[in-house]
Amino acid sequence: MSRIQTVFQRLQGEGRKALIPFVTAGFPEPALTLPLMRALVEGGADIIELGVPFSDPMADGPTIQRASECALAQGMSMRKVLDAVRAFRSENAATPVVLMGYANPIEAMGVETFVAAARDAGVDGMLVVDYPPEESVAFAGAAKGAGLDPIFLLAPTSSEQRFADVAAVGSGYIYYVSLKGVTGSGKLDIDEVARRIPQIRAAVGMPVGVGFGIRDADSARRIGAVADAVVIGSRIIEEIEQSPRDEAAQRVAAFMRGIREALDTIGSAKGVTQ
Amino acid sequence: MQMADTPYQFPDASGHFGPYGGVFVAETLMPALAELREAYAACQNDPEFVAEFEYELKHYVGRPSPIYHAKRWSGILGGAQIYLKREDLNHTGAHKVNNCIGQALVARRMGKPRVIAETGAGQHGVATATVAARYGMECVVYMGSEDVKRQVANVYRMKLLGATVVPVESGSKTLKDALNEAMRDWVTNIADTFYIIGTVAGPHPYPMMVRDFQSVIGKECLVQMPEMVGRQPDYVIACVGGGSNAMGIFHPYIGVPGVKLIGVEAAGDGIETGRHSASLSAGRPGVLHGNRTYLLQNEDGQIIETHSISAGLDYPGVGPEHAWLKDAALADYVGITDDEALQAFHNLCRLEGIIPALESSHALAYAAKLAPTLPKDKILLVNLSGRGDKDMHTVAERSGIQF
Ligand SMILES: Cc1ncc(COP(=O)(O)O)c(C=O)c1O
Repeated sequence: MSRIQTVFQRLQGEGRKALIPFVTAGFPEPALTLPLMRALVEGGADIIELGVPFSDPMADGPTIQRASECALAQGMSMRKVLDAVRAFRSENAATPVVLMGYANPIEAMGVETFVAAARDAGVDGMLVVDYPPEESVAFAGAAKGAGLDPIFLLAPTSSEQRFADVAAVGSGYIYYVSLKGVTGSGKLDIDEVARRIPQIRAAVGMPVGVGFGIRDADSARRIGAVADAVVIGSRIIEEIEQSPRDEAAQRVAAFMRGIREALDTIGSAKGVTQ
Repeated sequence: MQMADTPYQFPDASGHFGPYGGVFVAETLMPALAELREAYAACQNDPEFVAEFEYELKHYVGRPSPIYHAKRWSGILGGAQIYLKREDLNHTGAHKVNNCIGQALVARRMGKPRVIAETGAGQHGVATATVAARYGMECVVYMGSEDVKRQVANVYRMKLLGATVVPVESGSKTLKDALNEAMRDWVTNIADTFYIIGTVAGPHPYPMMVRDFQSVIGKECLVQMPEMVGRQPDYVIACVGGGSNAMGIFHPYIGVPGVKLIGVEAAGDGIETGRHSASLSAGRPGVLHGNRTYLLQNEDGQIIETHSISAGLDYPGVGPEHAWLKDAALADYVGITDDEALQAFHNLCRLEGIIPALESSHALAYAAKLAPTLPKDKILLVNLSGRGDKDMHTVAERSGIQF
């Protein structure tokens, strides 16, 4: 069983929801990536999504674009992201790390080389935003062959046919994008999410995480009540932007604890189908 | 009409040209692209749509555009005869409008009241703003803030036409960033918005759809050249930014015996300086803006900043069908520097009384290099993709003149 599956199974047994924070590797500076990952765990992260910066982040809003530009300007690269994961893994064997990014840095390294390097560094899964299922049969196959979970998105615009397409190639969990738009937008429609998640969960047979637009304890609690996992990205990047460098890690941990507490008040969790 | 059988059947059903093309976008856009594929397929098979497109091209754009024999210039160069396909005479001054009309008509059939576009030089933005005004649609144009500065006149033209121009401050603040921002808008406003992409790039079906709409250029040439000179040209030459004017004139000629196709990329300060936009000559395959194609990128797969004196060629990618044509050796791709393009620009002004766009000047410059190496009875057909009014500022600045 993969580290990701292990986490969801444990949480289901405890009746709790997964908290999945996102940070951009190399932001606000490469030396802070490891301390920030530690802070996320300290604040209650179950899985970490680590953003691989890309020059053209088409699916991201201004906050994550800024973080990517800042990281790249300081020389962040795929190799250095993997180095950060390796360092994290040497001190934490339990918390899964999912890389989130775009196809080109992977293709530049070569899919096979990347998958092997990611596995060796201790990566658990990959979400490649611009690899929809139809373009990632080879990639997903290579990832699964190396014991890594290829994670896919579903969106409010996705049909039931898409649920099946994604379930056929994906593993680990499904990331449901809770709104039409880019990361960091604010138009979260919780009723829509509540209506869709049970359908998706039944169709894909995997836990379903929800992200895009979750910014505080209240929205996290309401989404957590219907989903298996809550993903928070832009809001954490903003927290880092607003903190003095030497306090960023503490403030991120404190923010995370607020979300964690809210999620843990949900109580009895219904139905992770694993 | 004499149309050759294209020696390949691309894109395939999934939008690929061999290893290139495809649909590399976030899940949120997948249903919108499926909807567009269906709508476009319905339009293609609808004689009413085809008739309306042709009517608009004839009466609004002024097609067919003429072919002109640049006799004086050819004489001075002393070799092959140069013929110009006059896309600069189109309404709005470039080939871009052919595609905008096609896509706006598709948008109207889909019931989308709002259109968005990206633009570099501003020609595609102006063409989109023009057809949006013509069809009563809301129009938003994304433009890198660097290009907004370089192309002041076109920004004002778009505003006159009723469009909103949004300067894009992210990344390199040029065309590729405008495209990113337009994609973000589209994802956010899918229900009422149609994205009019300005070149043969982007996710399937855009490279195919834009090619189809621009193919009117080459189809006209296939008829006009025999009428004018009794045969088809020996070479067809066009500049390549994203590649739409080149694909428009190339595609009907692919497979016509004896016709060589040459795409001219912007070599900027010279390929060896690294300051250029020659993706096919100096790039590697990768994934950007929804398709797999040749890209200018660093070791880590980050897209690098490009340079060209012409904003319309200043793009780090190229349409996937050009990537395929290059690999299949069905077309050749060469580079022309800023200085060479400027020289051709001035020569055409002085010798033929035609002020060409700086983009098109790259194709002209290659023709001027090639012509003297060939006998006088050889024929070069150059796509004069646009006129140079928009480039007055850039050219004057190079000569140290301020308005
Ligand atoms: C006159 C003209 N020619 C060529 C281009 C380059 O585009 P493409 O390669 O798609 O024809 C532009 C783009 O703005 C243009 O304005």
